[in-house]
Amino acid sequence: MSVERFPVEAGHVLTFARAIGDDNPVYRDPDSAAASEAGGLIAPPTFTIASAQWDPDYPLRPKPGVPWWGSGARASGEPVPTGGGALHAEQHFTYHRPVRVGDVLSAAARPGDTWEKTGRSGKLIFREQVTEYRDAAGELVVTARSVSVLRQPLEGSA
Amino acid sequence: MTLKAAEVKAGDSRSQVVAESLTRTQIVQYAGASGDYNPLHTDEPFARDVAGYPGVFAHGMLTMGMTARVLTDWAGDSRLLTFGVRFTAQVWPGDTLTATATIREVTEHDGAPVALIDVVTTNQDGTPVITGTATARLDP
Repeated sequence: MSVERFPVEAGHVLTFARAIGDDNPVYRDPDSAAASEAGGLIAPPTFTIASAQWDPDYPLRPKPGVPWWGSGARASGEPVPTGGGALHAEQHFTYHRPVRVGDVLSAAARPGDTWEKTGRSGKLIFREQVTEYRDAAGELVVTARSVSVLRQPLEGSA
Repeated sequence: MTLKAAEVKAGDSRSQVVAESLTRTQIVQYAGASGDYNPLHTDEPFARDVAGYPGVFAHGMLTMGMTARVLTDWAGDSRLLTFGVRFTAQVWPGDTLTATATIREVTEHDGAPVALIDVVTTNQDGTPVITGTATARLDP
């Protein structure tokens, strides 16, 4: 997922910290954060994943006028897009500096390795993606590496 | 809080309950905050009837996000240099998750002390749902 502009906003960090159940004031209270070692509001370690909000084409978000494969009154019958059934196998972060409220980051993603494992139930296809998050000055802030896995049933099996 | 190199040694460990009977609502809350609305996590009829799972399950990143707390509560805010995990089992509504961080070794990085930490989060049955490692800066 590549994103040109990912502004790190206080309200977004607050709601993200709430969602992961982390009440640490460094994610929500400007005064307490300013007095802490961090010196101001920062984002939780996994926050950069929420750059998806700023990707206009992010596939896992319903969009006006675009068919969605989730259910209304009943299952929609819309086909699941490629990758929609993939599961997250691994996630790795390298932190070059903390993500701070007020940062305007960019995210540049590139594909990494692809590999397969074959088991009794079918084939597992692993795909790696490396995303570099940089600040407005172009300095590296976070490097993220994710691995997704897609199960492909053996031909002839359900 | 921050940790001093002299205060920690290999084998030191911290555990924290990071989810108590995880609710579907919290999974939806995480979908809204992260932007990942995959129906596998947000839509019970889809997850059950179309995708063939017992029901919705948590985003792996929700579990990773909850797990990060055991690291930041112990090593301090903005102290992590790396944090990486494998997702080893699915997390379901009703699960209670305990995250454990254990110091593997205290070493040096660019002349400064660093802790290499093993991380595992287990569910109420003792099954690991994520395993991984982190490194954190320590005070000399």
